[in-house]
Amino acid sequence: MYRYDEFDHTLVNERVVQFRDQVRRRVAGDLTEDEFKPLRLMNGLYLQLHAYMLRVAIPYGVLSADQMRRLAHVARVYDKGYGHFTTRQNIQYNWPLLEEVPDILDELAQVEMHAIQTSGNCIRNVTADQFAGVAADEIDDPRVYAEIIRQWSTLHPEFSFLPRKFKIAITGAPNDRAAVKVHDIGLRMVRNEAGEPGFEVIVGGGQGRTPMIGHVVRGFLPVPHLLTYLEAVLRVYNLLGRRDNLYKARIKILVHQTGVEEFTCLVEEEFELMARETPQVLPGGELARIRAYFQPPAYRALSPVSDVLATALGRDDGFARWHQTSVAAHKQPGYAIVTISLKPIGGVPGDATADEMGVVADLAERYSFSEIRVSHEQNLVLPDVALDDLPQVWRELEAAGLATPNVGLVTDIIACPGLDYCNLANARSIPIAQEISHRFADLDRQHDIGELKLKISGCINACGHHHVGHIGILGVDKKGVEHYQVTLGGDASETAAVGDIVGPAFSGDAVSDAVETVIGVYLGQRQASERFVDTYRRIGLKPFKEKLYGAR
Amino acid sequence: MALVKGGVLVDDDWTAVDDETALPDGPVILSLKRWLDLRDTLVGRNGALGVYLAADETPDVLAPDLSRLALICLEFPKFTDGRAYSHARKLRERHGFTGELRATGNVLRDQFQFMHRCGFDAYDVDASSDPSAWLRAVAEISVAYQAAGDRRATIQDQRSV
Amino acid sequence: MASKVVTANRLLDGAVVYMAPEGRWTECLVKAFVGSDEDSGSMMAMAERSVADRLVVTPYPIDVEEGPQGLVPSHIKEVIRATGPTVRLDLGKQAGDVCGEHHVSL
Repeated sequence: MYRYDEFDHTLVNERVVQFRDQVRRRVAGDLTEDEFKPLRLMNGLYLQLHAYMLRVAIPYGVLSADQMRRLAHVARVYDKGYGHFTTRQNIQYNWPLLEEVPDILDELAQVEMHAIQTSGNCIRNVTADQFAGVAADEIDDPRVYAEIIRQWSTLHPEFSFLPRKFKIAITGAPNDRAAVKVHDIGLRMVRNEAGEPGFEVIVGGGQGRTPMIGHVVRGFLPVPHLLTYLEAVLRVYNLLGRRDNLYKARIKILVHQTGVEEFTCLVEEEFELMARETPQVLPGGELARIRAYFQPPAYRALSPVSDVLATALGRDDGFARWHQTSVAAHKQPGYAIVTISLKPIGGVPGDATADEMGVVADLAERYSFSEIRVSHEQNLVLPDVALDDLPQVWRELEAAGLATPNVGLVTDIIACPGLDYCNLANARSIPIAQEISHRFADLDRQHDIGELKLKISGCINACGHHHVGHIGILGVDKKGVEHYQVTLGGDASETAAVGDIVGPAFSGDAVSDAVETVIGVYLGQRQASERFVDTYRRIGLKPFKEKLYGAR
Repeated sequence: MALVKGGVLVDDDWTAVDDETALPDGPVILSLKRWLDLRDTLVGRNGALGVYLAADETPDVLAPDLSRLALICLEFPKFTDGRAYSHARKLRERHGFTGELRATGNVLRDQFQFMHRCGFDAYDVDASSDPSAWLRAVAEISVAYQAAGDRRATIQDQRSV
Repeated sequence: MASKVVTANRLLDGAVVYMAPEGRWTECLVKAFVGSDEDSGSMMAMAERSVADRLVVTPYPIDVEEGPQGLVPSHIKEVIRATGPTVRLDLGKQAGDVCGEHHVSL
């Protein structure tokens, strides 16, 4: 993974000094809250329901065992012993004190971490596929480019006061695990006819109030032009994005209102001009330098077949169950990718205690070349585990309560913090997740249902990504009472789709029943090995609507 | 208001006029509209010329005239409105403007460094602000990842040395 | 007629506070100053002084009602702000003693 050089260190350290002084000036009254707010947001600091909230960046979801230990330390010393992993591969702390935040940032800087631009109307954390670099289906490792984009976007002087936030995602595989089609810019790695690598550039996707699937504005962008092209898109957005209405300020609205063709013309025109005047073209030397950090670890030459694994699978049902959901194919023979579910039955989705973070760090150090990933489904990943080590990894996860065998199943719920924590929320999301989780706890039942991505947002800002859930749940405020609107058929993958609203919202105590009913329709109608979302696509909304509301 | 250039308060020799007032002698700042109306008649005028651009006005239209302009003012209606950063970069990098590029409007210390990097060299600030804060502000982050209007060496340049 | 309380977040730690008599602030809702609708303006003016003094940020008025154990906010968001996360009863105001006699207000 990337390691800071002296320049990266200098920037992050000076940024902390700068922010420390901004906090001092705020407390002393030299800065009003209006003047301070964008500055603290650009350092990841929100003011939430009960306290401040600090969102720390985990660039493209990759972190080292040492960095995870430092996150655990921050949770223990500066917070209340836990953190929350988000749908954008970041971590959030819910209880920091304003004047201690610079100290937290200092401690993070020591392990090459920061909270720069995790909020604010600027370019946010670039997210990538949590299996980057190790997935069997990968064309190229997107982390190289994610790191290049991270550096280019950090303290970019032209793009720090955009009309609104800007989110970029990149995937290196045809199976899109980074939801690129619902980002402001999505980049898909592709190869042209000559076999050269490049990017398909997708612009104007997004969730929130007006969910949209992004449009391809460039089918093939050669690698050297990546940054110049991004600058062109950002400049067009910076100049033409709406600034009069908060809810119409994202680039998706600009693309929609301008029209894809016209928007593409504007970008290509700007790109032409930029390509002539500034040397933003990605020099081969820099690309090679960064790529060197993402070379594969020192894999041992292992047999693709592990007797240790086979024996354990045969002997231990619990291990076999976990293996079924938590272990994915690796491109290197003899290795596997382990996903650690942070969705224990009845737990808070995505939360991890400092102790749990420590366990994961230790396991990564011993069994995964000290590397960990965070997925945008709020789970953790050990990307490089030898097949022989899987049974032992499972045993240690089990002992720590981190071996819930539900990855990808209905209880692997994605949920935003909701009205329990968040100022923007209309309704609570976590208790809904907990209740559904309890309802479907039975593992046989979960496996029978199969792959089902259930996503819950506490408000229309859609931080829970409900629009792209196979089943999505959106919290709404109906005359002061929490209600929940159900959507069906959303999809975050390469077959991206926004879910369809099924009907009037349900009260809090009726949501789990509604979910049961929906799943019941699927089970009754599915054919062959259809997943929920496949059946939905075949039979449509009507059968579900009738079962849910027909009696009324 | 006070004018900061190079970290010190300087006298502002310029007079801004609205679209109705007759042009005084000496350096004068016109709105874009007025400039476009009057540009041909101002050839050979004794006295420097400047143009004021609102945030939604594009500087591209000034490209053919830049050699005649000693000053361009770019507006930040609110400090959160970042359009002038793009205007500034285009003026410096695309159109080669070498005159004074002045930030005006809601111009605050915590954005000085971004402005400086985009090519601004003069700042209309609140009369009570400390001009030396500008010097500190532009030096707060001593390294930069991106090439921009200030033409400083980027981290990339420094890495390849 | 709705009863009003002014709430805000404390600058230094973001904690939820309520305006108490004499423009002071308390973490304890039952000790908040309760006004009527018409009082909102003057209550907010008082709150803005605390903003200028850098004690609190973003004050705003909320509706409250008399409950069996004292004041209760009318809206669920404010109920949660007054107690803490409903999914972590060990955290937030509900876990502490914000209304205890020894508690110090701003």
